Amino acid sequence: MSGMIINGKTGDWEVICGLEIHCQIISKSKIFSGASTHYGSDVNENVSFIDAGMPGMLPVLNKECVRQAIKTGLGLNAKINKYSEFSRKNYFYADLPQGYQITQFQYPLVGEGFVKIDLEDGSSKNIGIERIHIEQDAGKSIHDISPTKSFIDLNRAGVGLMEIVTKPDFRSPEEAGAFLRKLRSIVRYLGTCDGNMDEGSMRCDVNVSVRKVGETEFRTRNEMKNVNSVKFVMQAIEYEARRHVETYENGGTIVQETRQFDPLKGVTKVMRKKEFAHDYRYFPEPDLLPLVLDDAFIDDVKSEMVELPDAKKERFVHELGLTPYDASVLCEARETAEWFEKAAKGHDAKKVANWMMGDFFAMLNEKKISLEESPISPENLGKLVELVTSNVINGKTAKDVFVLMAETGKAPDVIVEEKGLKQVTDTAAIEKIIDEVIAANPGNVAAYKGGKVALMGWFVGQVMKASQGKANPGVVNQILRNKLA
Amino acid sequence: MTDLTKLTIAKAREGLKKKEFSAPELVEAYAAKMAENRKLNAYVCETTEQALEQAKASQEKINHGEGGDLEGIPLGIKDLFCTKGIPTTACSNILKGFVPPYESTVTTHLLAAGANFLGKLNLDEFAMGGSNETSAFGPVVNPWSKDVPLVPGGSSGGSAAAVAANMCAAATGTDTGGSIRQPSAFCGVTGIKPTYGRCSRWGIIAFASSLDQAGPIAKDVRDCAIMLKTMAGYDAKDSTSAQKEVPDFEKVLGLDVKGMRIGIPKEYRVDGLDKEVAAYWDKAAEMLKEHGAEVVEVSLPHTKYALATYYIIAPAEASSNLARYDGLRYGNRVDGVHLDDMYINSRSAGFGKEVKRRIMIGTYVLSAGYYDAYYLKAQKVRRLIRDDFIKAFEKCDLILTPTAPTAAFPIGDKSMQENPITMWLNDIFTVSVSLAGLPAMSLPIGLNQQGLPLGMQLVGRAFDEESIFKAAYCLEKDVNFVGVK
Amino acid sequence: MAIDTETVRKIAFLSRLRVDDDKVQATEDEFNKILGWVDQLQEVDTQNVAPLVSVNENYLQMREDEVTDGNMPEEILANAPMKEYGYFAVPKVVE
Repeated sequence: MSGMIINGKTGDWEVICGLEIHCQIISKSKIFSGASTHYGSDVNENVSFIDAGMPGMLPVLNKECVRQAIKTGLGLNAKINKYSEFSRKNYFYADLPQGYQITQFQYPLVGEGFVKIDLEDGSSKNIGIERIHIEQDAGKSIHDISPTKSFIDLNRAGVGLMEIVTKPDFRSPEEAGAFLRKLRSIVRYLGTCDGNMDEGSMRCDVNVSVRKVGETEFRTRNEMKNVNSVKFVMQAIEYEARRHVETYENGGTIVQETRQFDPLKGVTKVMRKKEFAHDYRYFPEPDLLPLVLDDAFIDDVKSEMVELPDAKKERFVHELGLTPYDASVLCEARETAEWFEKAAKGHDAKKVANWMMGDFFAMLNEKKISLEESPISPENLGKLVELVTSNVINGKTAKDVFVLMAETGKAPDVIVEEKGLKQVTDTAAIEKIIDEVIAANPGNVAAYKGGKVALMGWFVGQVMKASQGKANPGVVNQILRNKLA
Repeated sequence: MTDLTKLTIAKAREGLKKKEFSAPELVEAYAAKMAENRKLNAYVCETTEQALEQAKASQEKINHGEGGDLEGIPLGIKDLFCTKGIPTTACSNILKGFVPPYESTVTTHLLAAGANFLGKLNLDEFAMGGSNETSAFGPVVNPWSKDVPLVPGGSSGGSAAAVAANMCAAATGTDTGGSIRQPSAFCGVTGIKPTYGRCSRWGIIAFASSLDQAGPIAKDVRDCAIMLKTMAGYDAKDSTSAQKEVPDFEKVLGLDVKGMRIGIPKEYRVDGLDKEVAAYWDKAAEMLKEHGAEVVEVSLPHTKYALATYYIIAPAEASSNLARYDGLRYGNRVDGVHLDDMYINSRSAGFGKEVKRRIMIGTYVLSAGYYDAYYLKAQKVRRLIRDDFIKAFEKCDLILTPTAPTAAFPIGDKSMQENPITMWLNDIFTVSVSLAGLPAMSLPIGLNQQGLPLGMQLVGRAFDEESIFKAAYCLEKDVNFVGVK
Repeated sequence: MAIDTETVRKIAFLSRLRVDDDKVQATEDEFNKILGWVDQLQEVDTQNVAPLVSVNENYLQMREDEVTDGNMPEEILANAPMKEYGYFAVPKVVE
């Protein structure tokens, strides 16, 4: 049970929340024009006459945007609608050149689905997806260059968006946070959106209401637009829920309004009220015909689906023997999971996972570098594990080899060879060292034989030291036991 | 020497080929005629110098036995078609000074076929009107006017008047609810609105996207066939353009109509139908009968609802299509303190009365609470109207009706000015066809007692313009209509 | 369905058009005349009739994802009434 309960003066309240997430679709060109979607180009560089809303210009749908949205829909276990329609959402704004946004209203491309989220207490929960529709992004208004003017850059105008609408299934900020991280992970796995909330390629609108525990109807909700990090989404839900409870308990009412979350102050405030409320006057886009897809089209997208984090995690646990915790850490990002799979190929996966979660991630952290920049290749980490399991080196030497690998980028077998670190498994050689150690320490031998069995560790240490760490600890142990018996 | 401007395209082509005159001579003849008739106000922008340059290039090609279907033919272009480097205004103050950096698909086809553009032709502002009186450049005078100046019809009033007064060999027009056919009838020329989707709408300033269709206005049926063949064709840039082969319409001219079934819709015998119009209607049916066609009565039961349906759908789409004219990226700006002030100032100053009226009606019928009662209802009735035609065409191959209920009326007619609905009633015979997306031609049938031309309309099945051309060519020969003066 | 003065003002604002105070009444009257006329559609039985969105019989064609357009800021800005630093410029937008 991960629901958040607010204990008010008049009783317990539960939080109800739904999210609308705008994801910029990864495609080369815009959804209705052939202009580039490249981020960071010169002002008004990636603008066609269509994007600028010039007279007589007409939209033509980009196939890739449809495929990407379907792929995302499949990733969210959702129904793909073979029939969908585009509509116009009419409103005036400086960065909306046509005076309307082409979107989908009555007949979205993707219907209901769900996402399983994992919560900190180990439980999981399904969050319902209401729909996904595709639409065009607006341009950008820049307000801080001039005190009297706003400037408009249309590079972003017409970039494809998927709007993912959830059902009001969240009962706590934690659930919303877990969902957003999961969604981000899924779209990144699929390559349909890069999921960067701080850069605006994934933007979140949050709907919040509260109700007394036991109530079945929803109360009035408020919407907070464009909250731009997972943390802020969680803060906004918490703040807004408490504000609702406080308002109700003080005899007030909540009116449906659009609010803005101020991340600096951690509060929400109402956005400027317009003289008249918005009336978007949706109607079917007459410049585009209905979008009708056949099975072949959808099957083709299906054939390109990659293994998603949940399935991968499942496989890592059941086939590779990883702990659920390790598996979920390794699976959060597709790059990490794939790196791991490369490293683990043909080797002891569990041991590779331990290395990754331990020394390897620590090394990346310490060097402040990303996975791609790692001096150690996945193949080399796998080899290192192999050197240990096949008794070429022991675990302690492996740690030293790892450090050298991180420093030089060399393969572990090369390092072992160069430094002569191969462990000694020759029984005769080890016996000789053991005999010397026994001969040099008659006191401890007597104490051991008299019952101080804990001294065994000390003897092992002495032998290892004498062998410069190269003796196989297992062999040492066995011979020592025989000799001291 | 004969007056070159009186030649049809077919004759002019022949003359050019036989070197009876040159392409520059042809342009100069038209330029003289344009100057002579400037008082008609048909052109809002003359580009005769450029046409002369084009004509020289055309002549070069002709000399080498090369050139396209319209090589050296001087045309007038309705000022709703975007023409690269040439001002394009839709005859609205809001687009004063707008110079498109692109060329519409239809005019691109015409240029590629060798046509020379004499200039841009007057129209009702944004093609909204039936008399050319809503133009920001003032009304066009019908060349058939005697004592009182008469309207040329609209919205392609400049196009029809220019063709009638020999100010161009032929002209482009657009038709949303009758804007090619009604002015053709009023000016005693021939015009065809092809099936919706036949001509690309790319680069044509949009009025009502689901209805707008380009077509030619010309001196006779053959010229319409020549023009339409060049103007039509699938365009990947217009998602509503049809992927249909464009037939050589000229090939069917002269084929007989024996056995063709001509439908006479009984609902078109409206109360108060002009007696002369009714008489000519019977006469036209009689003429086709004599050619071996069979005349049958058909029923289009939802005819009486067509106008109301049209005056919901067209303004609704227009209200959205015209939202882009906001003074921001092009066209006329009237500044304001805030963005909304700028919008309101620019649009209030830029749009004329009829356009404002339709934008507001359209906004209203799409607004929350009224959508179902008006827009959705109109779309349903639109289906019934289209289904009427489908049923009727089970019984006949073509439908014959008058084009307009009356002949041209005086400019500034009081009853029309006072009540917009009176003006709209002019479209009564043309709008149903537009709503059904069907092809229809208007051709002159004779003069009324005041010596003013009347037109007949032939309506065909979707993409069966050929039957229209066949029957129209028969009628034309029998009528032997003589143009103005 | 008769409309009132408040609706006229709302529609004018949604359309970003000015209706001067002395014209509101006339506009309201004209609207009511027009809407009264189109109200004749209410007598048509449209039960079980699907709205006709498009007369086209075919469905939407899609284009391949290729960059074929853009890279022409001069042309995009050529007709702008006001431009600065490569941007379109407008009066300050107040949130």
